[in-house]
Amino acid sequence: METHAISLTVNGQTYNGDVEPRMLLSDYLRHELGLTGTRVGCEHGVCGACTVLFDGQPVRSCLMLAIQTDGHELSTVEGLASSTDDLHPLQEAFWDAHGLQCGFCTPGFLMTLVPFLAENPQPTEREIREAISGNLCRCTGYQNIVEAVRLAAERMRE
Amino acid sequence: MLYNAYSSNPAMKPPPFKYIAAESVEHALEQMAEYGDAAKLLAGGQSLIPAMNFRVLQPSVLIDLNPIGDLEYIRRSDDGALVVGAMTRQRDLERSSHVERITPLLFEAMPHIAHPQIRTRGTLGGSLAHADPAAELPVIAITSGAAMKATGPSGDRWIEAKDFFQGMFSTALEPEEILVEVTFPARKPHTGWSFEETSRRRGDYGMMGVAVEVELDEGGSVKEARLVYMNAGDGPIEAEKAAALLRGQRPTQEVFAAAAAEAADNEIDPMGSVHASIDFQRHLARVLTARVLAKAYARAQSS
Ligand SMILES: Cc1cc2nc3c(=O)[nH]c(=O)nc-3n(C[C@H](O)[C@H](O)[C@H](O)COP(=O)(O)OP(=O)(O)OC[C@H]3O[C@@H](n4cnc5c(N)ncnc54)[C@H](O)[C@@H]3O)c2cc1C
Ligand code: FES
Ligand code: FES
Repeated sequence: METHAISLTVNGQTYNGDVEPRMLLSDYLRHELGLTGTRVGCEHGVCGACTVLFDGQPVRSCLMLAIQTDGHELSTVEGLASSTDDLHPLQEAFWDAHGLQCGFCTPGFLMTLVPFLAENPQPTEREIREAISGNLCRCTGYQNIVEAVRLAAERMRE
Repeated sequence: MLYNAYSSNPAMKPPPFKYIAAESVEHALEQMAEYGDAAKLLAGGQSLIPAMNFRVLQPSVLIDLNPIGDLEYIRRSDDGALVVGAMTRQRDLERSSHVERITPLLFEAMPHIAHPQIRTRGTLGGSLAHADPAAELPVIAITSGAAMKATGPSGDRWIEAKDFFQGMFSTALEPEEILVEVTFPARKPHTGWSFEETSRRRGDYGMMGVAVEVELDEGGSVKEARLVYMNAGDGPIEAEKAAALLRGQRPTQEVFAAAAAEAADNEIDPMGSVHASIDFQRHLARVLTARVLAKAYARAQSS
């Protein structure tokens, strides 16, 4: 079995490992690094549950190979808050606005929305809906997610 | 600190393959020559990796073009054309002021391609080489008269967009060639453009889509028109008879409707799906064509 040594940074911490080329980034994060906040739903790019930041940009971790992250920086949902008392304003707003039910999809939404709000601090409802068009949620009906984003944006502008 | 509970039986979707990080275009060409049909190029991976996860494709060698930084660029050439490296991310095209100014048709289509998290990885070259009949970029490339630069063992060659696409998922690229650059010519004066598609949800593949470019003569009649459809056959479909109906005409609602009917009823050959019957796709083509023609005409008048 061919393996390659890789070194990457996840949420500011450096990890070194040996990976088979076919190891998906999503599986590497979950099964090798134990960072199970990143979810795996469809594994073909449709659901958005596996969204993480790769060098600051949102990507599908099920459509990247772990080997491609050698020398790069990743952020996952685990990096958003150090504890439940110190939630990211988006997490706080999801809580307050009931932007989640089962929570399976939530990490993917959060990692999509963090860079979205950084670029567009005052989004319209239409822009919010477009921003989350690549994330599926089977529970909420999206209404409260849109409300949570609006609330987070408002609080983050203050 | 590693959490290894699962690593004795890690989840692996694609079958095993040899991975080669290309250091340069020359290096990638050498590797392609060495491994032949067994090898696949990896660009953004947004079509290739899903197919590998499903094991629909099982390449035994993957040559990753991502480490080659010099295929990612967006420039304006001396003669005003837009010049784009094949590995340029779709997200960068979407945000480029060069794209907005030089090729507004391309700019208008970009946000319809998948979702932001896919466009951050997906590349221009990958989408064109993949040649999905439901993709936006091949349609835009043909409508705007783009040209593709391929490089192979015997050097470089240019392929016009209209000759590049050769049906369902096939192109004029030879197996040992790499698509390295795409140029979109500068827009002529008195030219209008428009792109529209209908999808069930923003970012989903469109059920139907059409791009148009219309050039007017001094007197305000149509001098040249080009209409190209996506998800309307086994590749991008150019409606030449509809364009002929427009040529020489003063633009009116009736003229637009006649061209739309010609294209929708006779020239496209949609396949239908669970989401849209063939009749519905033809209906969409008719409505969207009338809409893009009106918009393109208005833009041509004011440009
Ligand atoms: C959920 C989802 C939704 C999507 N929706 C849309 C949509 O609405 N519209 C749309 O157009 N696309 C859509 N896509 C596809 C996306 O745009 C892909 O990025 C694109 O089709 C392929 O580009 P890539 O860079 O990812 O290429 P890859 O997936 O890396 O490669 C695709 C193919 O092209 C070959 N190739 C790549 N680069 C080159 C090159 N330079 N020279 C020669 N061969 C090359 C590869 O070997 C491979 O066979 C979607 C994808 C997903 C996952
Ligand atoms: S698991 Fe990656 S998009 Fe669904
Ligand atoms: S909260 Fe259950 S899938 Fe979104």
